[in-house]
Amino acid sequence: MIDIGYDAAHLLGALVLLTSFALLYQRRLFSLLNVFTVQALALSGAAAWQAYAHDEPHLYITAILTLGLKAIAIPVALHRIIQRLHIERTVEPALGIGLTMVAGVSLVTLSILLVLPVTENATALTREDLALSLSVVLLGLLMMISRRNAVSQVVGFMSIENGLILAAVGVAGMPLVVEMSIAFSVMVAFIIFGIFLFQIRERFETLDMRKIESFRGESD
Amino acid sequence: MTPALPFVLIAPLVAALLLVLVPNWRVASWLNVGACAVTLAAALTLFTAKPAATAMLVLDAFNVTLIALTAFVGLTTSVFSASYIGHEVASGKLNPLRLRFYHAMYQAFLFTMLLALSANNLGVLWVAVEGATLTTVLMVSLYRTAASIEAAWKYFILCGVGIALALFGTILIYLAAQPVMGPGLAAMTWTRLLADSAKIEPNILNLAFVFLLIGYGTKVGLAPLHAWLPDAHAEGPTPISAVLSGLLLNVALYAVLRFKMLLAANGATMAPGPLMMVMGLSSLFLAGLMLYRRRDIKRFFAYSSIEHMGIIAFAFGIGGPLANFAGLLHMAMHSLTKSAIFYAVGHAVQAKGTQKIDGIRGLTVSHPALGWGLLAGVLAIAGLPPFGVFMSEFLLITNTFARQPLLALVLVLGILLAFGALVLRVQQICFGAPTGESHPIHGTLAPLYAHLALVLLAGLWLPGPLVAWFQTVAAMLG
Repeated sequence: MIDIGYDAAHLLGALVLLTSFALLYQRRLFSLLNVFTVQALALSGAAAWQAYAHDEPHLYITAILTLGLKAIAIPVALHRIIQRLHIERTVEPALGIGLTMVAGVSLVTLSILLVLPVTENATALTREDLALSLSVVLLGLLMMISRRNAVSQVVGFMSIENGLILAAVGVAGMPLVVEMSIAFSVMVAFIIFGIFLFQIRERFETLDMRKIESFRGESD
Repeated sequence: MTPALPFVLIAPLVAALLLVLVPNWRVASWLNVGACAVTLAAALTLFTAKPAATAMLVLDAFNVTLIALTAFVGLTTSVFSASYIGHEVASGKLNPLRLRFYHAMYQAFLFTMLLALSANNLGVLWVAVEGATLTTVLMVSLYRTAASIEAAWKYFILCGVGIALALFGTILIYLAAQPVMGPGLAAMTWTRLLADSAKIEPNILNLAFVFLLIGYGTKVGLAPLHAWLPDAHAEGPTPISAVLSGLLLNVALYAVLRFKMLLAANGATMAPGPLMMVMGLSSLFLAGLMLYRRRDIKRFFAYSSIEHMGIIAFAFGIGGPLANFAGLLHMAMHSLTKSAIFYAVGHAVQAKGTQKIDGIRGLTVSHPALGWGLLAGVLAIAGLPPFGVFMSEFLLITNTFARQPLLALVLVLGILLAFGALVLRVQQICFGAPTGESHPIHGTLAPLYAHLALVLLAGLWLPGPLVAWFQTVAAMLG
């Protein structure tokens, strides 16, 4: 029997995971942002679908927030920052693609092995959503570890956040999802605008990010 | 619900909004002190009030102590801050616009910490801890030097990841509780969860606790997730270092302990204690070793905070009435002593014009009142009698020897390691021929000596009601 509600939710969740893998091997910052936009769109679709299928109208707010902030506002802001700091051509010294992919696949296996046995009493959709979202979270962590560039670390952080919202949306009737997604978005926005736009521009207008990155606190 | 608890939260929130509008930094710094005094007065009335838990807020013996402690250290730090920023403005490091932002953020930070302590809803707890991260990240980068931006960045990345993992743990708790309590707010309400804990699926709780311990543990500064802590302490304004060490670490640990209580009440889960003991001991040793190599005075005391959070995590990990009692007492004593040390360090750095230990020698000769105060503080934090830290460490060590003699040896070794470093550095800082510049100290040393007096008093004599109070809480923690 075909259960369209289940299949659509599954498809959108899988799309979020797939874009997480795509994020791992992007070497140019602009293409990284484009893939991130696709991920935000998929997440927004997943939230909207959940709102429709389970009749939880507050999730529409989460969907709209994700669409407006993560698929539009933040990518545009980061585009501008990249242009202004003249780092658009940066090719990052990430780990090798093959190695990163192997690590990514093992993280997904790990999260499936971790989540599925302990959630035997939950519904199939919840279990799989949780496994998918834990994978997205771990892949985001992997990305933050393997990249040294500040912009890609922010993108990695936001993809972790996407994984969390996917989990919160997938668990039936979870309260405060909207509040939490707002709190997270505010945090990212504050950091981007607070640290990057004002402080780095004010202090390091002519420097590139790698010099800030290479500055280690302990100076003796 | 009596209005006192909401009032404790509303006072700093209103003050934060008000302080945005005050352009004069002198007026703002005293308004800041006033707002903290009002908050403390309201917090003290909570000891007599016994409000029932609502869906969002809860008050019990455990958090009321920490709320009062937070309000008190908030007040003394605001007094210290008023004299500290006067010097920073005079030396041109801060301008009035940034101070407006600083004062508003200070109150917002107090608000988020008090909210985290009094939250009955796991989602609210999480949002509050996240808010505390946000406000402190912005304050750490206040000076906007390359070093402070790097520190703020590291802080944001590590703690951002930490609280992301904590949120995943929170979602898992909801997932576990939802079949028992049905969908909606009840399955995220702390008091309801604790009452029905035995019915919750233990396997999911195990998984959730690991995420929560790592997540909130990052904010506690437990090794190996402590890397943000020394930088954030060293590069931000010193009043912020004082509240980070004295208050924020406690609040994060409080969150971990709440979840530990949930696991203990379930009965069928893994024991959460050993995980905390391992993290605690590794923090203790790592910090003890790192202390020897520090040349920056604020960084040095930041590592000492990691060491003490390690001791406290170990105490709660081993559990039982006595060790929990020691842990609670140590939490309070560490808060008071470490913030006192940072007050002294703040004045010393301003008087000598450098954060390098080499430039701050001979403090008792050049600035006697400050030097002896710092010496007393450092001896207290090193665990020497007659101060309160000695009491709690002694209690913990004897209790551990009675139950786990081998672990006690490890613990004693770790404490001695840190003790050596503290004594070595403090005699360089306090004695010998003065080095570096020597400016007069402006402002009052009252907050420093008030904290030291309390720590000394606690070491000599703990009032009976206070002991009974701590015993109740220690029993609650299981």
